[in-house]
Amino acid sequence: MTEPLVQLKHLSKFFPVDTDLLGRTTSLLKAVDDLSLDILPGEAFGLVGESGCGKTTVGKMLVNLYTPTAGEIWYEGRNVASLSARQRRKLCCGIQLIFQDPYSSLNPRMTVGDIVSEPIRINNLLPREQIADRVGYLFNAVGLSANYRNRFPHEFSGGQRQRVGIARALAMQPRLIVCDEPVSALDVSIQAQVLNLLSDLREEFGLTYLFIAHGLNVVKHISDRVGVMYLGRLVEVAPKRELYRNPLHPYTKALLSAIPVTNPAQRRKRILLEGDVSSPIDPAPGCRFASRCYARSGCTSCDCETNMPELVEVSPDHFVSCYLFGSQDNGSRLAPRF
Amino acid sequence: MTDDMLLEVRDLTTDFEMKRGTVHAVIDMSFSVAKGEVLAIVGESGSGKSVTSLSVMGLLQPPGRVVRGEILYKGKDLLALSKHEMRDIRGNHISMIFQEPMTSLNPVLTIEDQLTESIRTHMKLDKHAAAARAIDMLHLVGIPSPEKRIKDYPHQMSGGMRQRVMTAIALSCDPDLLIADEPTTALDVTIQAQILALINELRDKIGMAVLLITHDLGVVAETADRVVVMYCGQVVEQATAAQVFERPMHPYTLGLLESIPTMEDTEVDEPLYMIPGMVPNPLNMPRGCAFAARCARRMDRCVSEMPPLYAAEDRKLRCFLFDPEAGEEARS
Repeated sequence: MTEPLVQLKHLSKFFPVDTDLLGRTTSLLKAVDDLSLDILPGEAFGLVGESGCGKTTVGKMLVNLYTPTAGEIWYEGRNVASLSARQRRKLCCGIQLIFQDPYSSLNPRMTVGDIVSEPIRINNLLPREQIADRVGYLFNAVGLSANYRNRFPHEFSGGQRQRVGIARALAMQPRLIVCDEPVSALDVSIQAQVLNLLSDLREEFGLTYLFIAHGLNVVKHISDRVGVMYLGRLVEVAPKRELYRNPLHPYTKALLSAIPVTNPAQRRKRILLEGDVSSPIDPAPGCRFASRCYARSGCTSCDCETNMPELVEVSPDHFVSCYLFGSQDNGSRLAPRF
Repeated sequence: MTDDMLLEVRDLTTDFEMKRGTVHAVIDMSFSVAKGEVLAIVGESGSGKSVTSLSVMGLLQPPGRVVRGEILYKGKDLLALSKHEMRDIRGNHISMIFQEPMTSLNPVLTIEDQLTESIRTHMKLDKHAAAARAIDMLHLVGIPSPEKRIKDYPHQMSGGMRQRVMTAIALSCDPDLLIADEPTTALDVTIQAQILALINELRDKIGMAVLLITHDLGVVAETADRVVVMYCGQVVEQATAAQVFERPMHPYTLGLLESIPTMEDTEVDEPLYMIPGMVPNPLNMPRGCAFAARCARRMDRCVSEMPPLYAAEDRKLRCFLFDPEAGEEARS
């Protein structure tokens, strides 16, 4: 088996919300809670979940914008926390981020050429005279004319700006790119252009993606494996086809059924979840999804509300965190029908 | 015009006079909404769909201006009404849900204040009756324990809840027509499914008509009876939802549908279909068809002439491919 490029081991990020008189934390927002995940070199891992589930926090910890509260991040076989600041900085050059909003992630006062060349200059990647060539090359790679380099971001449309953002990420010659909802701010016809571009670039540069999105339909196109998050916990991880053909976790099923289909003849009976996502502040000890779960009646000896189910492998490479499936003890419980 | 037509828009043209020139945001737009019907207007950003809805509501802000056309509501031209008369139409007859449930509620007033304000203004109820009705409305849109939640401020509610409150306000005076401008765009998918189910349910229950403005063809497929596809301020295709999704005919509609990542189970991942290029600059529109530069089936005349809206197979299409005089070979 290949060595994973990234290993997240029991990663957690808590934010203090309230403190008492003595400054002791009295209430915690558990944005990411005990998350473990491997990303293999060259793969595109899709991380899906609704707003507030912690998917962006995972991405930010990976690019070293947040320090984990607990747990470890291993990158290329080394524990990131054990490195010196200088080593970490160097290592993080290999991990780049593409942002969601192409309108606020580009400096309006810089030309797009400067925006793309800035990381090269700051990190002294290339001698000064080669920078212009490199920028031209990057512009071509993302499908922009190199003649645009002296223009400012406001002269571009959303899709073009996102291309500039992608070129900026590529400038560091990264191995891993964290794509944080790169297409959700774009129009449908432009979304397809950017998704195809990201697929092409992955082949061309041998990139690895952590692709964060809130809907399962976008991720389906670009990912090899998909992880579904709910309130800071990973509830299901599986190879893409397996996940879409055979979703197991009740939340994954609801998420899949919530995607509108573009065929009125197929207006399906969908699983409508009751209520809203509960608060990640001081969550109850049991399964995070328990309060909205519609499948609990299928459970006989459930301790959903008191004990957090572990993520277990129910079939090769298919992991689920739910008492309905697999062995929370030793494989005695079979998948029920509902 | 038949009796069951609730809203009829004819040749609506809305301009924005800018320093750098005039933007024709909506050009000769015609459509109608029958009682109890859901009509969806679909288009990408800048296609003029929101301007259309604001024009109907009389909420257009300068420099926007309706320069031509008629907006008939039950046979009455809304454009000819005084401000006072228009206020009576808004809320009582036509009401609107906005895209951003985060920003369209007043943060310093409770839900009760905001709900009863419109009820008391339009229905002339006293305070207690209005409060009772407000609780009923919250119940209708599926907010649990409305007696308690009505004292909440908007920040105490989640996005989905706020959108429900917005819907409750819009429905509180029994409108005949609800204009929903991107009602689910800011929401998560599972909440979006809830809100769409709610709109469908209310339509069945109280028989109101809905004018749904959206960029999401999936949302259209879930709710709409008929569809108007807009591109650069113009109608390019108008048909029933079943027709559009079964067999889209205009090249733009076709491209739009093709470029949605499908949930279909495929063995190989083929690249997504893309519409090449970009929407033209509204200040510098091409002389011919606005879509010509991006169209895979462009002909010579597309660049020089603007195609009219042809009636073909009981739908309307703005494309020379459907010119009845052009002969069969152009179409194949």
